[in-house]
Amino acid sequence: MSEVILKTTDLVREYDLPRPSIFSKQSRLRVLHSVSIELQAGRSLGIVGESGSGKSTLARAVMGLERPQSGEVNIAGKDIYALDRAGLREARKGFQAIFQDPYGSLDPRHTVRTIISEPIVSLERGTSTAERNKRIAEVLEAVGLPLASADKFPHEFSGGQRQRIAIARALITRPALIVADEPVSALDVSIQAQVLNLMMDLQEKLGLSYLFISHDLGVVRAITDRVAVMHLGRIVEEGPTAEVFDNPRHPYTQALVAAVPKPFSGRRKRIRSDAPPQTPVHTATTAAGCAYAAVCPMRQEICRTRTPEAKPVSPAWSARCHFA
Amino acid sequence: MATQSLMRRLPPVSVVIASLVLAIMLILVIFAPLIAPMDPRDVASYSLMDMEIPPVFMEGGDSRFLLGTDNQGRDLVSVILFGLRISVVIGLGAVVFAAMLGVVLGLIAGFFGGMVDGIVMRVADIFVSFPTILVALLISGIARAQLSADAMLAWAPLVLIFSIAINEWVQYARTVRASTMVEIARDYVRAAKVIGLPSPRIMARHILPNIMSSVMVIATINLAGAILTEATLSFLGAGMPPTYPSLGTLIRIGNQFLFSGLWWIAVMPATVLVILVLAVNVIGDYLRDHFNPKLMAT
Repeated sequence: MSEVILKTTDLVREYDLPRPSIFSKQSRLRVLHSVSIELQAGRSLGIVGESGSGKSTLARAVMGLERPQSGEVNIAGKDIYALDRAGLREARKGFQAIFQDPYGSLDPRHTVRTIISEPIVSLERGTSTAERNKRIAEVLEAVGLPLASADKFPHEFSGGQRQRIAIARALITRPALIVADEPVSALDVSIQAQVLNLMMDLQEKLGLSYLFISHDLGVVRAITDRVAVMHLGRIVEEGPTAEVFDNPRHPYTQALVAAVPKPFSGRRKRIRSDAPPQTPVHTATTAAGCAYAAVCPMRQEICRTRTPEAKPVSPAWSARCHFA
Repeated sequence: MATQSLMRRLPPVSVVIASLVLAIMLILVIFAPLIAPMDPRDVASYSLMDMEIPPVFMEGGDSRFLLGTDNQGRDLVSVILFGLRISVVIGLGAVVFAAMLGVVLGLIAGFFGGMVDGIVMRVADIFVSFPTILVALLISGIARAQLSADAMLAWAPLVLIFSIAINEWVQYARTVRASTMVEIARDYVRAAKVIGLPSPRIMARHILPNIMSSVMVIATINLAGAILTEATLSFLGAGMPPTYPSLGTLIRIGNQFLFSGLWWIAVMPATVLVILVLAVNVIGDYLRDHFNPKLMAT
């Protein structure tokens, strides 16, 4: 058993809904329902789910951007929301982020050198210029960009190159954990492969751990060891990526896997659900019953009355369904 | 074809002319003490003997006084040059003061949101609910009552800058707040937070440079408004004193003689004011359309 780099315990995150009038009671939307995940050092965990399932909220909570209402985020053994300002700055050296849109995540007014070195300037004050330049050269080389790129501006690069710059920025403080929120979704498919290969090479070389958030099951399958499937703010199934995707146990995971278009499969059978088209929505409260019951093809009476617990399928695999 | 594409890149003729006019005016303003034939603040330099002389192109004109003289025998070219100087300085001062106040408060409101945003924006709402002229009259009235005549002479420009800016900052605050909210939703701001940059640094280094173009556009358009407000206040007698006149004060002085046939005392400074404000407005409108088409509606 290797060391646990990231562990969240019962994360709950709620957003205030706009009030219809200033006299009405504040109502809230629960976006994360007691989310617990665990990531071993040097491994990668994928988070998949449709839009609005809370994937990105989880990422923001893990990155220390939005304090959850309850629950803990432990990174390298430290609860980052219990740390004081100085402690959090120290802890931030250990985790960095890559964002979805490489056009939005790099400030257009700064040179690549400024952008990449900003984490050192911010988190490692007093680093000498020589040391800083050495580190810049180091990370640029690691992501496969020429040293001359340092003095250019982000708009002079293509999407894939920009994402490499974003990765270089994430690497410069030599973190152990990288939170990647849809890092390749905005890129062309051919470029996606390049960036994914780069991320895997870096993982091997530097022993990085990835929390990899994506809606693209193929991408998640390529890069992660384990996967957690999110639905309406709950983790409905978690296990080894290949096993979960090959033989999904939760009906929601089954629907997700079935929804992936398969190329070269000839005339596929069209999958139509018998259930009326209905989009389940987030609920303000934690009412009893399964959140997926409304659209689930396997629903029974028990699904409306009892909230399913995570049932182990195998020692490393669990699904939150009464019939798993 | 080549000339056509070149034409499209050049600003319209009106903007070129406006820029030239403004540039000439700024040079005149900066070097006024060297260019002006006399110093209107120096009582010894003019004589009552020369009073009410018409401009040179009229009968009875004097070649020493290109645009004629006023009721005290002051050369109009000189008083207008110095008046223009005061008007421009007060206008710029008010714009800079209002912009600084508005940008800082707008950034804070947009960045932190919630309660902070609510408080700042409600205060802004209260400030705009009073008409600029009314507030300015009030402030200069209070200042006049509190300060001695000599002190008032020295403080008048600052009082004017303050009373004009106190209403104008709201426009900056609102625009900057809206732009800030757009920018903080973008990933580079989130990236800066993950890096652990402190909030003031994120605002100053990342957000501010990206919203500066809209601030510059409002500032240019506001400059014309600030100059006009100053002229209005001075015209009403709440602005610059006659011994240290701005364009507005000059128009007020001239206004008393307008119907006795001495039209030039009022019309000459008024013409200069119109040209100045028109030039600034033309440039401001062009900048707005050019840099920030989104603002066109406002």
